[in-house]
Amino acid sequence: MMNSASRKALTAFVVCSALLAAGCGSSGGGSSASSPTGNVQFWTLQDPTNTVQQAQVDAFNTAGTGKVTMSVISTDGFKDKVRTAMGSSQMPGIFFNWGGGSLNDYVKAGKLVSLDPSIFSSHFLPAALQAGTVNGKLVGIPARGTQPVFLFYDKKVFADAGVQPPKTWADLTNLVQVFTNKGITPFALAGSATSSWTELMWIEYLVDRLAGPELFKKIAAGDWSQWNDPAILKTAEMVQQLVAGGAFGKNFASVNYGAGGSSTLLAKGKAAMQLMGSWEYATQQAADPNFAKNDLGYVAFPSVDGGQGNPADVVGNPTNYLSVTTAAAKTTAVDFLKTTWSDAYVQGLVAKGEVPVTDNAKAALTKAPDPAYAEFQYNLVATAPAFTQSWDQALGLTLGTPLLTEIQKLFNGQSSPQQFVSGVLAIKH
Amino acid sequence: MASLIAGRTARRQRALSAAPTLERPGAAWAVPGLLFFAVFALAPMVGVLYLSLTSWDGLSTPQFTGLSNWSRFLTDGQVLQSTAVTGALLIGNILVQAPISILLGVWSAGRQRNRAVLSAVFFLPLLLSTAATAVMWQQLLDPNFGLPAHLTWLFGNASPLGSQSGAVACLVLVTSWQFVPFHSLLYQGAARAIPETLYQAAAIDGAGRVRQFFHITLPQLRNTMITSTTFMVVGGLTAFDIVLLLTNGGPGTDTAILPFMMYQTAFRTYDYGYASAIASFLLLLATGASVLLTRLSGYDRMTGTLEGL
Repeated sequence: MMNSASRKALTAFVVCSALLAAGCGSSGGGSSASSPTGNVQFWTLQDPTNTVQQAQVDAFNTAGTGKVTMSVISTDGFKDKVRTAMGSSQMPGIFFNWGGGSLNDYVKAGKLVSLDPSIFSSHFLPAALQAGTVNGKLVGIPARGTQPVFLFYDKKVFADAGVQPPKTWADLTNLVQVFTNKGITPFALAGSATSSWTELMWIEYLVDRLAGPELFKKIAAGDWSQWNDPAILKTAEMVQQLVAGGAFGKNFASVNYGAGGSSTLLAKGKAAMQLMGSWEYATQQAADPNFAKNDLGYVAFPSVDGGQGNPADVVGNPTNYLSVTTAAAKTTAVDFLKTTWSDAYVQGLVAKGEVPVTDNAKAALTKAPDPAYAEFQYNLVATAPAFTQSWDQALGLTLGTPLLTEIQKLFNGQSSPQQFVSGVLAIKH
Repeated sequence: MASLIAGRTARRQRALSAAPTLERPGAAWAVPGLLFFAVFALAPMVGVLYLSLTSWDGLSTPQFTGLSNWSRFLTDGQVLQSTAVTGALLIGNILVQAPISILLGVWSAGRQRNRAVLSAVFFLPLLLSTAATAVMWQQLLDPNFGLPAHLTWLFGNASPLGSQSGAVACLVLVTSWQFVPFHSLLYQGAARAIPETLYQAAAIDGAGRVRQFFHITLPQLRNTMITSTTFMVVGGLTAFDIVLLLTNGGPGTDTAILPFMMYQTAFRTYDYGYASAIASFLLLLATGASVLLTRLSGYDRMTGTLEGL
């Protein structure tokens, strides 16, 4: 039996711990810097270009106004780590990010510094700066290469079938027939729940070709009712027809992207094409350098007859960005961002296989590992009237995650086109 | 040395003199355990309950919104589906794992050398982490380059992870592959603890192997079955890693069990308030299940299987 004293002690424990738990929720906001110059903490994502960034930081620290300290953080958990730090006193001064909706919450919470467009806009391709602008404020400066999405194809499979890569939607549906008759999957598609972003690429391009970039712009700006647009339903119906026609094979629902998944299907000649971001080249090169060099072809996404969108429009990841938080010494941080178009930095990125979005990048591309491929991407982006950011990035995870689920259900045949539209409409409460 | 012995004797005398009163340890003895429980279990539970009444994105301060998360919870079709899938996985796991691990455990309890060697092989999956297991099986189950492509007589033309029933079956099989060794180990230990005299007496009465198994071994393993099933139920309700890595809740949301749904709501869509409501429900479910299990099995009466021996 517990006596009354110990029962009181127990009650005290419970109350104390409840107070503790409640206290955890309301930790203070980030520290804000008082002096305009000083030390700036810079968080970046771990990848092969880190050496280029380190050289950029070192050069800045010897000549610049203040010091920048770079911390490299591994890919897994990068976003979570930034998110956690942004609510605390450990907030970084500058951090690497994906622009668009990934910055929405931070802008709303007043964590980011709004930058002066007149300093930056003349140095970058306009399409790339767009996704660095949130709610009309420039908060992200391009710092990496561009990653447009386009069609990759197996030259050998095409030569064997005696056909050309598609230029129009009619070409594309015809090719689906040709390859299914030959027992080759027309398009490699990674449709497992982990890789459903590859299915999103189809929706993005079809909506852009049918309705133009304005439709998604309205959605991203907050008008969720735009999903009622007939172009969305039409897109869903086209996807349904592709799936029914065997365009993606039978078992794409459990295929993953990457080594051992959809890319291997393309490399082994089991699939003819794959709609993918520009990083596909590097993926193929890592798995089979000979295939990447000799047989991997690439073309822009075809036009769709009767659509209002410009066939030169591109979707994908315009680039990655650097943002300045209220914790940074502002002058030092802005001065550091000005080094993102320095010749040394741009050339360093090009040497690593990236295609930077600065105005001086084109001249540097001749030194790229594969100049033809680099120039193809640069021209695709430079001549594109609109570069729509990947929707999951543009919308942010809160809306992007359930959207990916709805797209998956559409491709898997679990939802009809009408159910897809109503399912997406129901995401935003 | 001498003082040590003297001290020990004195302590023993004190203990002896205290023994006849047979007093239970005072409440103070529970303080360390209680403190630990309060800080690491009760406090987070209270915190989660509070958060379930708020709207919180993790950046700003939580806004108190009353019961809105809960009314959303009650009308959310996904909750129903997730609960059903969680239940299906739970029952599937118990139905597959319990019989196999009982048989394997009892078999490996024998002292023959070949059994010892084979048991060591059977227990290997226990050494692998769930992450490694999931990645390995994901490769093995790839529809184009894995087992299904080569064993068409078994899989047909279907991709096992591409349909709901297939994905649930895969989850059950992979979980069983990993955890049957653990439960077998429990049964092996318990089977070895059954007194040999029981079998000798049964043999004299003319009971065969099968009869001995059903009338001696199984009843003697009753408490172990409860322990093992409790592990399976609680583990099944919180199993999350295997779902995240093997199916990521897919196809669609077909294998999004409750813990996965909670994770996705909290750490993918940053809706901590609603995620806390799901967490509270899960807490309720797990507590209810384990209370039910101990009540139904009579475990709480603390009776032994060796009474009368």
